[in-house]
Amino acid sequence: MDAPVSEVLPGALASRRSWRDKIGDKTLYGISAVASLVSLFLIGLLIYKVFEGAWPSIQTFGLPFIWNQVWNENATPEEYGALSLIYGTAITSGIALVFAAPLSIAIGLYLSELAPGGVRGIVGALIEMLAAIPSVIIGLWGILVLGPFVQNHLEPFLSSFLGWTPFFRGSEHTGGLLPAMIVLTIMIIPISSAVCRELFLTVPVDLKEGAYGLGLTRWEMVRGVILPYTRGGVVAAILLGLGRALGEAIAVTQVIGNQNVIHVSWFDFGNTLASNIANKFQGASYYSLEPSALFYCAAILLIFALIVNVSAQVIVRRFELKQGR
Amino acid sequence: MSAEPQAGLLLASGRVKRRKRVNRLVEFGATLASFAAVGVLALMIGSVVVKALPALNWDLFTKNQATFGEAGGGIQNALVGSALLVGLAAVMALPIGVLIAIYVSEFAPPKIGVVVRTGLDVLNGVPSIVIGIFVYGLLVLRFKQSALIASFALAIIMLPLISRSAQEVLKLVPNSLREASHALGVSKWRTVIQVVLPTTLGGIATGATLAVARAAGETAPIIFTTTLFTNTTSFDPRHPVNSIPFMIFFNSESPDPHLHEQAWAGAFILIVFVLTTSLTARYLLHRGAKKLQSR
Repeated sequence: MDAPVSEVLPGALASRRSWRDKIGDKTLYGISAVASLVSLFLIGLLIYKVFEGAWPSIQTFGLPFIWNQVWNENATPEEYGALSLIYGTAITSGIALVFAAPLSIAIGLYLSELAPGGVRGIVGALIEMLAAIPSVIIGLWGILVLGPFVQNHLEPFLSSFLGWTPFFRGSEHTGGLLPAMIVLTIMIIPISSAVCRELFLTVPVDLKEGAYGLGLTRWEMVRGVILPYTRGGVVAAILLGLGRALGEAIAVTQVIGNQNVIHVSWFDFGNTLASNIANKFQGASYYSLEPSALFYCAAILLIFALIVNVSAQVIVRRFELKQGR
Repeated sequence: MSAEPQAGLLLASGRVKRRKRVNRLVEFGATLASFAAVGVLALMIGSVVVKALPALNWDLFTKNQATFGEAGGGIQNALVGSALLVGLAAVMALPIGVLIAIYVSEFAPPKIGVVVRTGLDVLNGVPSIVIGIFVYGLLVLRFKQSALIASFALAIIMLPLISRSAQEVLKLVPNSLREASHALGVSKWRTVIQVVLPTTLGGIATGATLAVARAAGETAPIIFTTTLFTNTTSFDPRHPVNSIPFMIFFNSESPDPHLHEQAWAGAFILIVFVLTTSLTARYLLHRGAKKLQSR
């Protein structure tokens, strides 16, 4: 570490800097600033290109695209609407979130408060590994292992005592909304729980010890100190998970059955904005408007995903500032 | 005289018992949730290993995929294709990502730094399927599919990951190092390249490794950019190539059990690669943190 510093000792004053240093300073500044500009330009280009691709569909269908349920390539003229996709996205991500949010908070608490030293590192690393598994492998597992289990065991079980609700009726399938919800839950948990653990570790020890000193149990301390202290951050952690679920295309398209129809039963097939693009794209170019309809879906997805992800990241950033980190 | 009420306080009354019971219940629930998550991981990796074992053989690495209807064949073309895609993507994303980090942490005025960082957050929040369709609209429509275009799409996914992690480690470099270098009259660019960057190499390598692991498993951008390949092993980035994630995706949608076996074998190789790279990254991070602490 010392060698390069002493090597440049002569050249001490700025005014006597060699031409090489003057050029070097400007060059490094220039190329790093250009790289940053390029990244900002890329975002603008991305938004522009997605809307440009969607333009023929925006012109043809306008805003009613959002509340039209029909997706028919073979009609004349072709007719496309995204309502069933928006419903599919909302119901699969929403239900996945209902399961994943409490589980992620619980795992975050276990890893930050409960787990004994040795176990903590191992369990934490294993759950992080779950986040690293590529979605295409989760989808492969979802269709070939989870799917048959859902069809033969989970769905008969659910319909036997929840069959009176409209959600758990009809014939059982290996694919459908239910396996998509399970797959998304599995994908949200490692992300949200990792952020939760980091948040819970930022709670000052004296606050926690104060609560224990008042005779509270661990759970009462969590409810009275940790959760209020980290409330905003926990919301952000769950939003980050939601962001992943909304945009997940591959694993969902492998398990959801790809039908652009609104089915109330979770045993039935469906589709989401993202999985619809992944599923239909290969054959879309045979039709004149379908590619641009898929771009339209991408534009809607982009807006949703950006709102969710950016607000989550802003909250996390603010939280870090509050902690003075 | 008044010993009795005190004794009553010290003994667990019904209320305290209930509070303790609730506490134990919650603790048990949290523990169960954590082990359930680990259980899901074990189930997934277990399935991949069990289902891949019958398909693991040398043909996998030495032969290309069989043409439709033929038996046998390997996935050599997909392995080479994936290596090519990820390698090219890293070559594109790494220098730009590090340069952005240098700009933000060493040169930029605070306000512009925030703009660039927010931009990277936005890019990080774009779903990979949208990045895929964007690159399709930008490049594939004009130049047809190729490995080069696919790796450009993967590079867009890697860029914010690499740059964010590089910024984090650059922030950890103590200012005293920079000041010492300035005090010795060293110019800014030599300070950055010879003093600041060398201390952060471990951290930058960690971020790059994690980004490579992520890109290696990405499928969504690939289905737009490199699917019309021939079943030959090719190192030419001007043509479309097969890749492991696409092979898994394609085979999983087919009803042929032989193709399923091949998909599991591909999943096994991909999982081994992803998990070893992320473990290496964790190890590098751990070592880097120790090194900075000992300073």
